[in-house]
Amino acid sequence: MQLNYSIEGGDFTNAGNASSQVKKILKKLNVDPKITRRVVVALYEAEVNVAAHAYRGEIIVDINTERIRVVLKDEGPGIESIENAMTEGFSTASAEVRQMGFGAGMGLPNINKNADELNIKSDVGVGTELEIITKLK
Amino acid sequence: MKLETILKLVEGVVVTQSELEGEINFGLTSDLMSDVLTLDIDDAMLITGLNNLQTIRTAEMSDIHCVLIARNKKVSKEMIDLANQSNIVIIESPFGVFKVSGILYAKNIKPAY
Repeated sequence: MQLNYSIEGGDFTNAGNASSQVKKILKKLNVDPKITRRVVVALYEAEVNVAAHAYRGEIIVDINTERIRVVLKDEGPGIESIENAMTEGFSTASAEVRQMGFGAGMGLPNINKNADELNIKSDVGVGTELEIITKLK
Repeated sequence: MKLETILKLVEGVVVTQSELEGEINFGLTSDLMSDVLTLDIDDAMLITGLNNLQTIRTAEMSDIHCVLIARNKKVSKEMIDLANQSNIVIIESPFGVFKVSGILYAKNIKPAY
């Protein structure tokens, strides 16, 4: 099963819509609630990241019996130092993002914690691609 | 603790139509949603001063079914609609987060962290 969603940069009203849809679908598929929470928490943090930092992005969620693979590709400024971005407390978020309750430098570390595998590719000035894999077994 | 008991203790009003299944045993107080998203228990309530749509989204992703908005802040229709869709109860309380947390802690609501 493959699901596709899009995200607009700066759109905090709709940030989380995809995560919400995915959560409902995983519930229907009877995925263990603890695994579902890991998948949607990671996806939601990533969705907020795209809304917070990029111009636009797309989400592809691919589900099979072994694993859930989530890919988020965005067009945006990219990440200058992935090592810094993975460090808890490091953030380049705007005041607006902080007012929404994010931007404390916990997003990528949180995604990493909830993923069985996390791959990040980023080109400065072009965009970022995140691959989040969660095993179902 | 039953929802009715919590409402009496914090002088709270429920603004949603969602039904709370079971009781509340744990609480966490935060305005930082990334902190809330690290939660890994089910029957916790969130006490917060952060009054926006992402508060409810965060609760949805974290399997939190009860959110208390402190200090008399009025939640928006969008937040109420989203909470109703996600079976989340929103309580508005006139008390600040410190007071709400202290009252509930003294009555044996355990810290989620």
